[in-house]
Amino acid sequence: MLNRIEVAQKSPSTDSPAQRILKAMREDLGLPADSASLIRVYTLEMDLRPEEVERVAADLFRDPVTETYAINRPLAQDFDWLIEAGFKPGVTDNVGRSAREGVADALGRSLGEDDKVYTSRQVLLRGDLKREQAVRVATALLANPLIETWQVVSRDEWNKAPGIAAQSRKVIVPHTPSVKAIDLPESPQALQKLSDEMLLALTLEEMQAVRAYFARPEVTKAREAKGLPASPTDVELEMIAQTWSEHCKHKIFAAEVDYTDETGKTTLIKSLYKTYVKAATQAVRPNAPWLKSVFTDNAGIIAFAEGWDVAMKAETHNSPSALDPYGGAMTGIVGVNRDILGCGMGCKPIFNTDVFCFASPFYDKAVPEKLHHPKRLMKEVHRGVKDGGNESGIPTVNGSIVFDDRFLGKPLVFCGTGGLIPSEIRGKPSWQKEILPGDRIVMAGGRIGKDGIHGATFSSIALTEASPVSAVQIGDPITQKKMLDFLLEARDLGLFRFVTDNGAGGLSSSLGEMARESGGCELHLDLAPLKYAGLDPWEILVSEAQERMSFAVQPENWEAFRDLAARRDVEVSNLGTFTGSGLFECFYQGKPVCRMDMDFLHDGNPGLRIPARWTPPSHQEPPASVLATRDLKADALELLSALNICSKETWVRQYDHEVQGQSVVKPFMGKENDGPSDAAVIKPLQGRKEGLVVSHGLVPRYSDIDAYHMAAASVDEAVRNAVAVGGEPGKLAALDNFCWPDPVESEATPDGQYKMAQLVRANQALYDICLAYGLPLISGKDSMKNDYGRGASKISVPPTLMVTVVGPIADATKTATIDFKAAGDVVYALGAAKEELGGSEYFAMLHAVGNGVPRTDFAANLALYKRLHAAIGAGLPRSVHDVSDGGLWVALAESAIGGRLGFDVDVARAPVGALDSSSPQDPDLSDAALLFGESQGRFVVTVAPDKALEFEKTLAGSPCARIGTVTGGRNLTVRRGNFVLIDTPLEDAFAKWRRPLDF
Amino acid sequence: MTARIAILTGYGINSDIELAHSFNLAGGKAERVHLHDAIDGRIRLEDFDILAIPGGFSFGDHIASGRVFANRLRHKLGDTLLRLREKKTPILGICNGFQVLVKLGLLPGTEPASFTQTCTLTYNDSGRFENRWCHLKAEGNVSSPWLRGVEALYLPVRHGEGKFIPGSDALLAELEKNGQTCLRYCNEDGSEPAKGSAGFPANPNGSTGHVAGLCSKDGLVFGLMPHPEAHVLPTQHPHWQRQGLKAEGDGLRIFRNAVQFVG
Repeated sequence: MLNRIEVAQKSPSTDSPAQRILKAMREDLGLPADSASLIRVYTLEMDLRPEEVERVAADLFRDPVTETYAINRPLAQDFDWLIEAGFKPGVTDNVGRSAREGVADALGRSLGEDDKVYTSRQVLLRGDLKREQAVRVATALLANPLIETWQVVSRDEWNKAPGIAAQSRKVIVPHTPSVKAIDLPESPQALQKLSDEMLLALTLEEMQAVRAYFARPEVTKAREAKGLPASPTDVELEMIAQTWSEHCKHKIFAAEVDYTDETGKTTLIKSLYKTYVKAATQAVRPNAPWLKSVFTDNAGIIAFAEGWDVAMKAETHNSPSALDPYGGAMTGIVGVNRDILGCGMGCKPIFNTDVFCFASPFYDKAVPEKLHHPKRLMKEVHRGVKDGGNESGIPTVNGSIVFDDRFLGKPLVFCGTGGLIPSEIRGKPSWQKEILPGDRIVMAGGRIGKDGIHGATFSSIALTEASPVSAVQIGDPITQKKMLDFLLEARDLGLFRFVTDNGAGGLSSSLGEMARESGGCELHLDLAPLKYAGLDPWEILVSEAQERMSFAVQPENWEAFRDLAARRDVEVSNLGTFTGSGLFECFYQGKPVCRMDMDFLHDGNPGLRIPARWTPPSHQEPPASVLATRDLKADALELLSALNICSKETWVRQYDHEVQGQSVVKPFMGKENDGPSDAAVIKPLQGRKEGLVVSHGLVPRYSDIDAYHMAAASVDEAVRNAVAVGGEPGKLAALDNFCWPDPVESEATPDGQYKMAQLVRANQALYDICLAYGLPLISGKDSMKNDYGRGASKISVPPTLMVTVVGPIADATKTATIDFKAAGDVVYALGAAKEELGGSEYFAMLHAVGNGVPRTDFAANLALYKRLHAAIGAGLPRSVHDVSDGGLWVALAESAIGGRLGFDVDVARAPVGALDSSSPQDPDLSDAALLFGESQGRFVVTVAPDKALEFEKTLAGSPCARIGTVTGGRNLTVRRGNFVLIDTPLEDAFAKWRRPLDF
Repeated sequence: MTARIAILTGYGINSDIELAHSFNLAGGKAERVHLHDAIDGRIRLEDFDILAIPGGFSFGDHIASGRVFANRLRHKLGDTLLRLREKKTPILGICNGFQVLVKLGLLPGTEPASFTQTCTLTYNDSGRFENRWCHLKAEGNVSSPWLRGVEALYLPVRHGEGKFIPGSDALLAELEKNGQTCLRYCNEDGSEPAKGSAGFPANPNGSTGHVAGLCSKDGLVFGLMPHPEAHVLPTQHPHWQRQGLKAEGDGLRIFRNAVQFVG
């Protein structure tokens, strides 16, 4: 039985969501309307008496002060267009789920499994709009047609037939679950076709390895004995495809690479991961005894303070975010939260970080088919991450938004989470965990549906009205928050032995990995709780339904574990037993459906061999005549409006960055709380003084010139940011997140060798700088297919390395912020400027790339960082700000804005360096390089006059020069000797910097 | 006697740990109590001296902020709550907890206490969730023990639905007369924010009368949108690097008041 309840605001004064829609119509779609109002629709599918519907509506769904409601009759009136949108069947409806609990409370009885609540939104528009314009509002603003249905009704249509019928969204899968045996043909073509048709994404070599395994006599014989067919079952093939996927196996980073450098010399690199990433950490490890767990678990773990450790992980969720920006981004953040929950014995998430890369929100060319406009993408990705983080009660403390129109093809959505855990739990090191044969396999959290099966590829298959949407998932932060609370409680009671998260690949991945601990498992797929009937066993195994964790529970603890879960409203199921058999075995209704050797599953992949060839590119320099005639003052102001430089406050302020009460250096500090911090400092332990610094760095533009210098600068920026707030060089740990276009040469990727060479070079830089800085890599991830389309119209993202840095600070008050503090303070420039404008924001503004990319001087920078750290520890600087995008000028302007104080500086006094370090004399830099150059390893620091000498003594040996003073006036003044290069009121600089992204 | 404080948790409440810490810093003994354990009788709320409902996103703020949590309290623990009111147990609601108390009808409240909702907290005029610091002023005629000696506060708000709307103008007038509109947003110098959108961001959500917090007529039930538990430590002040470290954060006073009141 269906009942439809509609709720509307009594007065437009409380309908600000409708005002937001009007604003977005006007600003994003260029479709002004006179007014809008919003009606919320709840469809109850359950048997209710009329008075019960009445009671529920009044008790739960409407606010008695501001809202009015109607049951089974429309509230809509007086409109030109009515648009209603709601989820398709099977799409996570979080409001509907909470509403269902509320209904049960209101009725005072529990509801049946099939009793559901569905939510929809109805928008009434008044104004002169044509139908196609109303449809555009529906599809480009209100509904994502991939996951939502929508309808548009005109005034006339409504008058003829008013009302919208209540509709069920019950998922019906008219299918009896079965297991198929799949014959593996001998012909290579047929074998490859099979892989393609089943969406296995396995190569011919991999398919042949699978075929060879099942042809082994001992395998055939054992299968026959157990009643399994000689051919693999669909369960087995899907299990292999998941385990061997690029996402889980990182085949490109594990591949053998033939790298030919610019001299023509070819070297064989056995594995980028082992040769550079892992090797860097191994080399640094002897000097970093504080490393607890690296690369083996869901996240890296370092010692934080006496008795406490910190875990950190960063992930990307690019493809899901491209399809469904809201759900994709939200599952990105709540997914990486689970990595932390599943790290060691279970860490408590204490902060999030978010870094997004988009095309310009003002992109005005045609957007390729199936892609969202970057502005919509940006708004929805932001909303997903905001809701995911805020609703989970985890503060977002650090992040950035980077713009480049090549991110049109694929947005990059990096989500990171840090966690806190006592070093010992119940007398054992908390980063260690084990599974013994006989332990129970337990799944906790959400139920399994067709969500995310085969990820994005499935979206190309036609869907029917009643078929569930499987391509995308929407996170459910509240279900996960309940699981988080439960997990930490169960951990402290010692109720489980092992925990890990369910992410990509679902149970196949989590249990596949867990079974390695004990040496095998027996999994009963029919015991897994489902959202709806009709799933095949293989679907249960690989579903990526969200909010699930997998546990190994000691048999004697199962009852207590289950009881606590029931009291915390968390669903847990015992799905079988871990064994020591060496086999991954699955059963369905008692019958074996999967039986594979663990060794084959994990080590049977034949691996890739990829060619790479580095040919340094050559770009046009902006003509000298152009550079010579620029109006530097106008350029300086315009640069403050560059998307990569201007204020992101409107977006960042919507993140809760203070929940959990730890913040010491917030995302914004300064007089008016709007000076953008270089990094975050939190103080997570109550009653103690230790701080934790969190920062990041990425400079994808530099890849246009050389991905080596891109990677080095990305690491340097992350470290520099950490040092700027008080982080200690040598006590920092880093995470590497690579996002690359497909680097494997093929018909679709003719320039694969170049892209692969970029990847090699980025890894080489990562290795070099980590060794130089004593910076271990503790965790990382790669996403290697960030392209759209093929051939000439292909859009590939610029190769991007996003580096996250974390580290303890012994005393959280020994830190610094960017804002100028007092007039009269001395302004210092630290670090040498060079003629390095290649890849800079300034050149980008001139539509040029150039060639002089900033080269990171590891030794000079490290020496400077140590000295600056000592100065901050001694309380000498009043402000510290790193120099990055937009150079010295932008750093000075941001510090001035932060303190609402002017400055007067002479850049002729700033330290400079030659490109060739053997050059005997200081070079004569261009004005542009001095002002806007992005040479690495630099800071703007202010010091009170009475501490200036001591500061200079502390910095002795590193490039450090007094360039001017903070003034009480309102002007930002930059001279070069006798010439005034820039002189502008603070208000003008602030306005240019604050406005571009304020929408 | 050390004051015992029950801090409700569960279902998306998320500021419970720092709230417990704040009461402990103020000399109390706080215990986090999962709502389920209170409902099934494992833990009795009557055994505590103070009840506090923290901020968070209970049930995701789905349908409306605090609604589902408030309804569960009313349907499953209604008698207990009325007994706490009779016993004159101080009750605090912060942010989501404030929304819960308003939607329960315990704030501004009726006499005798009942579950009649007379006011609401709804969408910010900006249509956005925002995390920003606000200046607050305590009403001159307030007699709530929670706000004893409090004149001005600097605290962060972190909400998307904090706009206070009274059921009627007459009700607002009565609340003002009683000193129940006990906390208001103000400019840095203490003056009243401008009317309408010009008052943003001093009034961060468009609250009627710039109301940021309410108390019951007897002052014992107190709720506010800003987060006093997010400003108990000197390092939590956004200007500590500019002004130096103070002895303690502004919000601690509120918790100390309550602990001393029942102690």
